Amino acid sequence: MTTVEISTGPERPAHRVADFKPDLLQSSEHDLCPGCGHPVAWRLVLDALVELELSRRSILIAGHGCYTQMMRISDIDSLQCLHGRAPAVATGVKRMVPEATVVTLQGDGDMVSEGLHEVLHAASRGEKVTALLFNNGVFGDTGGHMTATTVLGQRTKTSLEGRDASVYGYPIDVARLLAQIEGAAYVARGAVNTPGMIARTKRMIRRALELQMAGAGFTFVEVLTMCPTGWFVPTLDGPEYLEDSMMETFGIGELKSPAPAG
Amino acid sequence: MTPRLLQGSGAIADAAILAGCRFFTGYPMLPFTELLEEMARKLPAAGGVCINAQSEIEAVNMALGAAATGARAATGSCGQGISLMQEGIAELALNQLPLVVFNMARGQQDYFQSTRGGGWGDYRTITLAPKDIPEAVAHTQLLFHLADRYRTPVILYGDYVIAHTSVGIEIEALDFGPLPPKDDWALDGTMSGTGRARQTWTWARGKPNTPGPGPSAAWESIAEKYAAIERSEQRFETYRSEDADILVVSFGTTSVFVDRVVDELREEGLAVGSFRPITLWPFPAEGLAEATHGCAHVLVYELNAGQMVDDVRMYAADRSVIRSIGGVSQDDSGMRQGDLLNADEVRQRVRQAVATPASARQ
Repeated sequence: MTTVEISTGPERPAHRVADFKPDLLQSSEHDLCPGCGHPVAWRLVLDALVELELSRRSILIAGHGCYTQMMRISDIDSLQCLHGRAPAVATGVKRMVPEATVVTLQGDGDMVSEGLHEVLHAASRGEKVTALLFNNGVFGDTGGHMTATTVLGQRTKTSLEGRDASVYGYPIDVARLLAQIEGAAYVARGAVNTPGMIARTKRMIRRALELQMAGAGFTFVEVLTMCPTGWFVPTLDGPEYLEDSMMETFGIGELKSPAPAG
Repeated sequence: MTPRLLQGSGAIADAAILAGCRFFTGYPMLPFTELLEEMARKLPAAGGVCINAQSEIEAVNMALGAAATGARAATGSCGQGISLMQEGIAELALNQLPLVVFNMARGQQDYFQSTRGGGWGDYRTITLAPKDIPEAVAHTQLLFHLADRYRTPVILYGDYVIAHTSVGIEIEALDFGPLPPKDDWALDGTMSGTGRARQTWTWARGKPNTPGPGPSAAWESIAEKYAAIERSEQRFETYRSEDADILVVSFGTTSVFVDRVVDELREEGLAVGSFRPITLWPFPAEGLAEATHGCAHVLVYELNAGQMVDDVRMYAADRSVIRSIGGVSQDDSGMRQGDLLNADEVRQRVRQAVATPASARQ
């Protein structure tokens, strides 16, 4: 057991969480709901870009959703594209600027509902980009509607009694689909509901960015994030609810990863 | 240089590469297919990238991405595939991104699609309709210039005649003058982390350190840009129209047939001339008003149910003398113009229209 010496004061003053601001943010202000997992997930991406010294060559292609706000406040050359199309747009960008670190940011409605075609084909071409899916299982921006990843039993405004497979079908596990595609070099799914899970997810994002810059192929990280507003659960219950619903359905871990060099 | 025998699609590909096109993508569909094939064969050797997309929606969005980096990019299809591209074309227009779109159309039924646009928002697409391959080669180069100059998607309205016929041609680089630099908007990642990162977004709200004008002001200024283009980029050609009582208005490759008929009917003593919009948008309003001034008959020959005739009605000096003499004309394959693309047919329709009393006119 580690003993912490507390007879003298700390070497550094304590910080409030709100005082932390990653280098690549121009502002820490946003309009996302209390309990939303997106800012935590996006911070991991910004920290990873800074740590890997990729900030001065990064380009963000953002889709349409609550996370679009992250595009607005991030100090990254950015393009806001049409719903579902980010992997196609990123293809054109990366092919013309191969030295750039190209990151796409989409939600589950954007990537899995409207844009399944684009992400599967970008993966099949082995486009050297990092595609991020912030999956909260609902259309949060529109106010809590069913997406292609809404788990069975989840209540939304368009599945009022909970998603019933006999009426609405089953959620799509896009990470599992992508892992089967030859052009996808790295496929992983993390979450941001506990500190341990956040640390693990950050390692996944770092690995994906490193592999992109090594030219390994298409890299993909799905992050399960909380949306208490869209789920109609109390804010503080979000992390536990995520564990019981989405994590239970999809699981966490690296689905595909190249063997470490050497 | 000596002329080379080239198919239209190959000549357009050469012209595009000569103009600096470095990204091309498309989804195969006749009669656009050969242009995609030519670019797939020639572009990599020129240091560019050609991608066979898996849908027209994917194609236009890939091209949007390439254009956003400042590279000269192009895509294309025929009218049916360009229907799918409308979401991207509107997005390019409102993001103020340049792109050349080749519509190797199956006929003349895409006039509204090209000139009115199928996407959302207050935008227009400059549309050039060449009458033959040499003009298509010049227009291709001009379109890359206009797209960059105005930062807008532009359309080449070709067809199967231009795509599939061959001519002996020398392709020379055309110089249209200097263009503004792209540094302030082209995304390459180099402004990331400097506190002044760039942003391309139709809402134009900018970032905290560099606030944008927001959607309302941005879209108003884009509308003003299109109004300026409408004033300055009208192009047209007239043939024997100075003393004409009868003016035949047509666009694209059908105009070649019309001009031949004009010569023949002139020999018969009819005072016929022709007017050809080269830019379908902006429609050559002033040129048409002047050319139709004093004409007893303005006959619109287009191979569709009547699309360009709307613009002719809007701008002709006297609306009461306008009459459609074209019609829907498709061959059984669905790929080409049908029986109406025929000089005998044009001649007969002009004679018939001129003989019809004014009271019987449409």
